Amino acid sequence: MRAAATVSERTAPAAAPAAARSRPGAAGQRRALAGLALLLALAPLAFPNAYVYEVAILVALNAVVCVGLNLLIGYAGQVSLGHAAFFALGGYGSALLAVHAGWPVWASLPAALAAVALIAWAVGRPTLRLEGHTLAMATLGLGVIVSIVLANEDRLTGGPDGMSVPPLALFGHTLHGERAWYAVAAAALWLAVAMALNLVHSPVGRALRALHGSPVAAETLGIDSARWKLRVFVISAVMAATAGALAAHHGGFITPGKASFLHSVELVIMVVFGGMASVWGAVVGAAVLTLLPQLLTVLKDYETMVFGAVLVATMVFFPRGIVPTLARLWGRGAR
Amino acid sequence: MTILLEVEGIAKRFGGLQVIESLSFAVEAGQVFSIIGPNGAGKTTLLNLLTGIYRPDAGRVRLAGQDVTGLAPHRWAAAGLARTFQNLQVFFNMSALDNVMTGRHRHERCAMWPSLLHTPALRRAEADCRGRAVALLRRVGLAPWLDAEAEAMPYGALKRLEIARALAAEPRLLLLDEPAAGLNATEAREIDALIRELAAEGIAVVLVEHNMRLVMEVSDRVLVLDRGRKLAEGPPHEVAEDERVVEAYLGTTAEPA
Amino acid sequence: MDSSALQFVAGGLTAGAIYALVALGFSIVYHASHAINFAQGEFVMVGGMAAVSFVGFGLPLVAAVPLAVLAAMMVGVLVQRLAIEPAQAAQARLQGASGRRPDVVTLIIVTIGVALVLRGVAQLLWDKRVHSLAAFSGQQPITLPGGATIVPQSLWVLAGTALAVAALAWFFGRTLYGKAMQAAAINPLAAQLMGISPRGVMRVSFALAALLGALGGVLTAPITFTSYDTGVMLGLKGFAAAMLGGLGSFAGAVAGGLLLGLVESLGAGFVSSAYKDAMAFIVILLVLFVLPGGLLGARRSDRV
Repeated sequence: MRAAATVSERTAPAAAPAAARSRPGAAGQRRALAGLALLLALAPLAFPNAYVYEVAILVALNAVVCVGLNLLIGYAGQVSLGHAAFFALGGYGSALLAVHAGWPVWASLPAALAAVALIAWAVGRPTLRLEGHTLAMATLGLGVIVSIVLANEDRLTGGPDGMSVPPLALFGHTLHGERAWYAVAAAALWLAVAMALNLVHSPVGRALRALHGSPVAAETLGIDSARWKLRVFVISAVMAATAGALAAHHGGFITPGKASFLHSVELVIMVVFGGMASVWGAVVGAAVLTLLPQLLTVLKDYETMVFGAVLVATMVFFPRGIVPTLARLWGRGAR
Repeated sequence: MTILLEVEGIAKRFGGLQVIESLSFAVEAGQVFSIIGPNGAGKTTLLNLLTGIYRPDAGRVRLAGQDVTGLAPHRWAAAGLARTFQNLQVFFNMSALDNVMTGRHRHERCAMWPSLLHTPALRRAEADCRGRAVALLRRVGLAPWLDAEAEAMPYGALKRLEIARALAAEPRLLLLDEPAAGLNATEAREIDALIRELAAEGIAVVLVEHNMRLVMEVSDRVLVLDRGRKLAEGPPHEVAEDERVVEAYLGTTAEPA
Repeated sequence: MDSSALQFVAGGLTAGAIYALVALGFSIVYHASHAINFAQGEFVMVGGMAAVSFVGFGLPLVAAVPLAVLAAMMVGVLVQRLAIEPAQAAQARLQGASGRRPDVVTLIIVTIGVALVLRGVAQLLWDKRVHSLAAFSGQQPITLPGGATIVPQSLWVLAGTALAVAALAWFFGRTLYGKAMQAAAINPLAAQLMGISPRGVMRVSFALAALLGALGGVLTAPITFTSYDTGVMLGLKGFAAAMLGGLGSFAGAVAGGLLLGLVESLGAGFVSSAYKDAMAFIVILLVLFVLPGGLLGARRSDRV
């Protein structure tokens, strides 16, 4: 074999071909992101009325939440059963500061996001140190407490009937109308997907996937699991809060039902169905499961059952989720 | 020569069983130090104690002079330790390349915003990391698997993948847990050559192995563990001829290398 | 003691007994699979609603109640066969290459799905209205020494729970299969080698969990009424009680349930009634932050 040298010298990029090697899949990802941008930009041409815009905005914002939740569930391997609370707190936080403290929305919104980050940090820090599904339980507790508090403190929050939310205004221009809001929501979605993909293909992303793949091995490589899980948890909470705040300012209204356990469960279903370790899966899952109830308004009564059945069927028949499963089949078929 | 691993009087008990009892030894840079012993002797427990996964009830462990006793495993890694696992702990949810790139974690900058935005600096660091990972994969003989997913690789390749991943951390001390288990004679010889290369580069290699041929050929020193206690320690041929060792473990004198 | 305080204690113990039954169901399933069965609350709902239906068909209470519990047990077994087992098998196939133990998160997610299906079906099978069941032995309030009053149904609840707990203790402590189940929880491989089927243990665990839940459902329906969505809150609170006592500990489940009922009732009476429902979840958070193993659960020991 070759002569001895220091390990560092031996592992340095030896020849030009090795160093110039780009990440496998990078080109494909660039194409997919460009495709998404194109799709988002051109889709409105097919929208016949304002209602479809509303649905599209809802899909986009749900997808933002799901991309964040997917990072937590699929890459960090932790389940949050209270993510709807962060969604609602984003909206309520911004609304409360704007309505009761008189803050302009361009200040109250970021402040609400900062508050959510703090809450997520406070809840996540003690629980993520423990083994197992402790985060699931903690977020469950947090979610229900938040929804109860929001419903009870009616002097501040308007109680179970909710409160009205001032519109978003930047530099004197009020964001108004479904077209403008669609642009905002679509941009938020594209940014969320791009940043999530960047994260996955970075040292941070590898650390997270390592934690999910083998926590023991990850630790021996120097990956501090508690620290990374906490960071991902906070990021996913802030993403949910951003979507929630945008939804609140767009709709002009917010209710405590947005923080409910059921809403949290719906979000988990979207991520699991779409594909737990797949950013694109999160988008697909959000899109399909937001559109489904809209399309089947006739079957409103069946909604709970259908969502439950979707979840069970996913775990039994394609536990990886729909996008990774299809990607596999495609890969096998292409050979 | 620099002492990279110092174990002083460590002990570990589980419930009523004293699994490791008052064990002391030292490993120098560039040395290949093998730990052998019959099943149940406590080798796996010892390895877990030597990587921070278990905390010793007594005694101290020092890595390159730094007392790491009781610290979390990720801190041991920061002190220059890397290991492989007997029951593979490969990241099956990643590609082979990503596995090795993850090995470099402690040398990478892991800031959130550059990662989210993929700044030019991050992209350069990623390309560098990728290049090193490719070189390591070639070095351990995994060139055909450069583009493979970990879950598609055979057992022998996965064992070498773990070694490549551990090497990516640029450790000063490498712990190999039965690296030759399940490998055929040719593959075992390749591991043998690799270990000697690594030692020549100044890495301290601690080997837990059952494959006696490998142990005798590659080791500078051998420690025999029996029921949690040190039965013998010394150069391979000495240990092989030690009557107590022969009685407890080897059965007959080991064949000369 | 002040009679209103005594009132709160009486009410709290009654509610606590139901939480104890639900918590026991959680603990039994957790013991067998290290997973949290989020469908547990729905078993309570099925028990109560089925009893209402059977009475509606004309059956006397004394027949409707056991039949309802039996029906819920069958639902439990069905759920386990049709959803839990296949999901575990699918997960095992996924992990097959790496040989890792199955992901507990999977079971949590599947049971959430099952809970939704049960609730959705209940919504269609019955309706969204609230139903009540006739009290087992009348509604004449009994006055306790100290001035508090309780309804006779409360005594049924307490007695029923005590009986169930005693029966479980006998089953797990003295029968061969009960002890086998304990063994399977501690070391599944060894138990398998002894001829104890882990799948059988799971099935029995689910059946028992459903039985306990349904028992709680029929006992409490005359007091708290029942509807298609009573399962949600009860399930979550029972879970909180199980966590408080220590997941996997049967004694802990009972203690946790009673304690939670008391905390809720006294808290609602003396602190704030608006936040009564939040008590259980504050308990969850406190347990996680302060005492992750619960009162009687295992203390965190060395990681392996």
